[in-house]
Amino acid sequence: MTALALRQDGPGTETVPGPRRRLLGLVVALVVLVVLLVLSVMIGSTAIAPSVVWDALFRSSAGIDQFAIRDFRLPRTIVGLVVGVALGLSGALIQALTRNPLADPGILGVNAGASFAVTVAVGLLGVRDAQGYMWFAFAGALIVTLLVLALGSTRQGSSPVVIVLTGVCVGAVLGGAREALQLTNPDAFDAMRYWNAGSIVGRPLEVVWPILPFFAVALILAFAVSGPLNALALGDELAVAQGVRLVRTRVLAVIALTLLAGGATAIAGPIAFVGLMVPHVARWIVGPHQRWIFAYSILLAPSLLLVSDILGRIVMRPSEIPVGIVTAFVGAPVLVALVRRKKASGL
Amino acid sequence: MSTHIPRVDFGRRVLVLRRRRIAVRLQWRSVVVCALLAVAVAGTAVLALMTGSYPLSPGQVLSALTGRDTGIVHDIVVEWRLPRVAAALVFGAALGVSGAVFQSLLRNPLADPGIIGFSQGSYTGALIVILVVNGTYVQLVGGALLGGMATAVAVYVLAHRRGVQGFRLIIVGIGVSAMLGSLNTWLILKADLDQAMSAAAWGAGSLNGVSWEQVVIGGACIAVLLLLAGMLSRPMRQMELGDDAAASQGVRVSPARLALILVGVALTATVTAASGPIAFISLVAPQIGRRLARTAGTTLAPAAFVGALLCLASDYLAQHVAPTPLPVGIVTVVLGGGYLGYLLFTEARRRL
Repeated sequence: MTALALRQDGPGTETVPGPRRRLLGLVVALVVLVVLLVLSVMIGSTAIAPSVVWDALFRSSAGIDQFAIRDFRLPRTIVGLVVGVALGLSGALIQALTRNPLADPGILGVNAGASFAVTVAVGLLGVRDAQGYMWFAFAGALIVTLLVLALGSTRQGSSPVVIVLTGVCVGAVLGGAREALQLTNPDAFDAMRYWNAGSIVGRPLEVVWPILPFFAVALILAFAVSGPLNALALGDELAVAQGVRLVRTRVLAVIALTLLAGGATAIAGPIAFVGLMVPHVARWIVGPHQRWIFAYSILLAPSLLLVSDILGRIVMRPSEIPVGIVTAFVGAPVLVALVRRKKASGL
Repeated sequence: MSTHIPRVDFGRRVLVLRRRRIAVRLQWRSVVVCALLAVAVAGTAVLALMTGSYPLSPGQVLSALTGRDTGIVHDIVVEWRLPRVAAALVFGAALGVSGAVFQSLLRNPLADPGIIGFSQGSYTGALIVILVVNGTYVQLVGGALLGGMATAVAVYVLAHRRGVQGFRLIIVGIGVSAMLGSLNTWLILKADLDQAMSAAAWGAGSLNGVSWEQVVIGGACIAVLLLLAGMLSRPMRQMELGDDAAASQGVRVSPARLALILVGVALTATVTAASGPIAFISLVAPQIGRRLARTAGTTLAPAAFVGALLCLASDYLAQHVAPTPLPVGIVTVVLGGGYLGYLLFTEARRRL
């Protein structure tokens, strides 16, 4: 139990900015995100002038550029925004829940379940189109996460350590099975190496809309449990003493993060690192306060994703690098620089 | 056992061995568990030596091992099957200890040598050799070691700021590993399918083509490293209490931590050089060992025995039970993960 709480320096030893500065930072993050949304629509293998973008978005005008914007860049940008929000928030939730800085949304078996389901769909059932994958991935993620929770919890609820380890185990078992399937089935291997890279290209909005209600539910749940999660950071006993209902808080948080991470993975494939890194950065900015961490994560994560996607488009023009590959290259240096500069906070 | 020293109640039965200036205090349960695991390892090893396209009886195996039989049976057992079995045993133990060192050092049950970037770095090195240089096996091993070591050094240096602190090491490790992981995905994506699949098979870790030479050299390195790990285990356990507490007990924290990191990485590196990265043993063996021996912290010996057993049994299953021969790394993941899951499950039930 104590092994998980990696707090060598007690929390609260650093100066936490006041509400006004937090709010100011939030506004700045929002502006950055909006700018990135605009850039994401404008920049691509051919740069399109802002006026044309305006025309394409708000007036019905025909032309190749308008077509490119309406049918490719706009959907892609929206997908990036949605997936980014989901990944950031789910990362913040899992780290708050497990009190482990190593925890990422994939740890409860979300990614393992999704990729296993997709591999089975491709390798054994012969599914070939991305929309077919998506529902398999979503179902796989949800089922496996529920399995992890069922295995890892007792009637009194369960310690986050056991849940996390169970998630790692189930993920590993499924991962092994998936890998065995892939190494014996070249078709599945080929399909999976593309899916595994994680991308927001070519996801029609029609496949994204059905996921949005799930995200909305998760968003409400997340903010509903943000207060109890603050108390949980002090440890189970203190949280109970403050009137937190442990089981309910954990279950709600897990439902929220499963819907978010499962949905994001279903849409874009496994995009690692965003959910892991962004909450750390958010925590360094605002201090240990879950509601603010959630808010910052919601704005910072899509920013990271969109920056990465834009870079992926222009670095190797005219070919593109999937966003899942770029995120780590954009985010990791920031993370390393921050952890060297700031006093690292364990939770 | 001497009588004039006041007996201390450790809360569990303790075995004390004293010989002149050296005294070792062992927990009975750990000793029994390790002995049972050793028996299981020996049994599995004999089973693995018996099985193959030319099945042998236990008697034949034993007579070949003791040198009483010198014919074709001797060749099959000693020349063909024994290197692989010995490799599985030694490498498994090395990985188990390596994982235990990192979990103790970083005080995190999810930590393993991968945290310092070694695994991803060695895979990157190997991928570059396979896909870009199209090199030989020796070059592959060289590339893997170079990649792994360079990454580990980079992580350590980046995390170094007036000493290395566990948490910072984890975060830097996550960042660097994630970057290399992305690079690996990209390399696999750009390669043609056959090359990518053979690279992935190497990346899964396999004991195919392990020769006596590799076993002897690797085994010698691992023996030295295990000895070092044993000597470092006392400061390691004290550092589990926190850097300050350990320092107040006379542990020189920074050198001890660096030495432990070096030993842990070197153990993994030796295994990777011989067989590719065999995943998950280093994560799961310490957990299982700790639960079987019911020790308070991470302990090395049970981790080593569990690692050896896990690797050996996995290789047996991968070779003889799976419908097509698989890389051992795939089975370790399934077997180790499944067993740890079972232990956690029963543990959770018991606490009801």
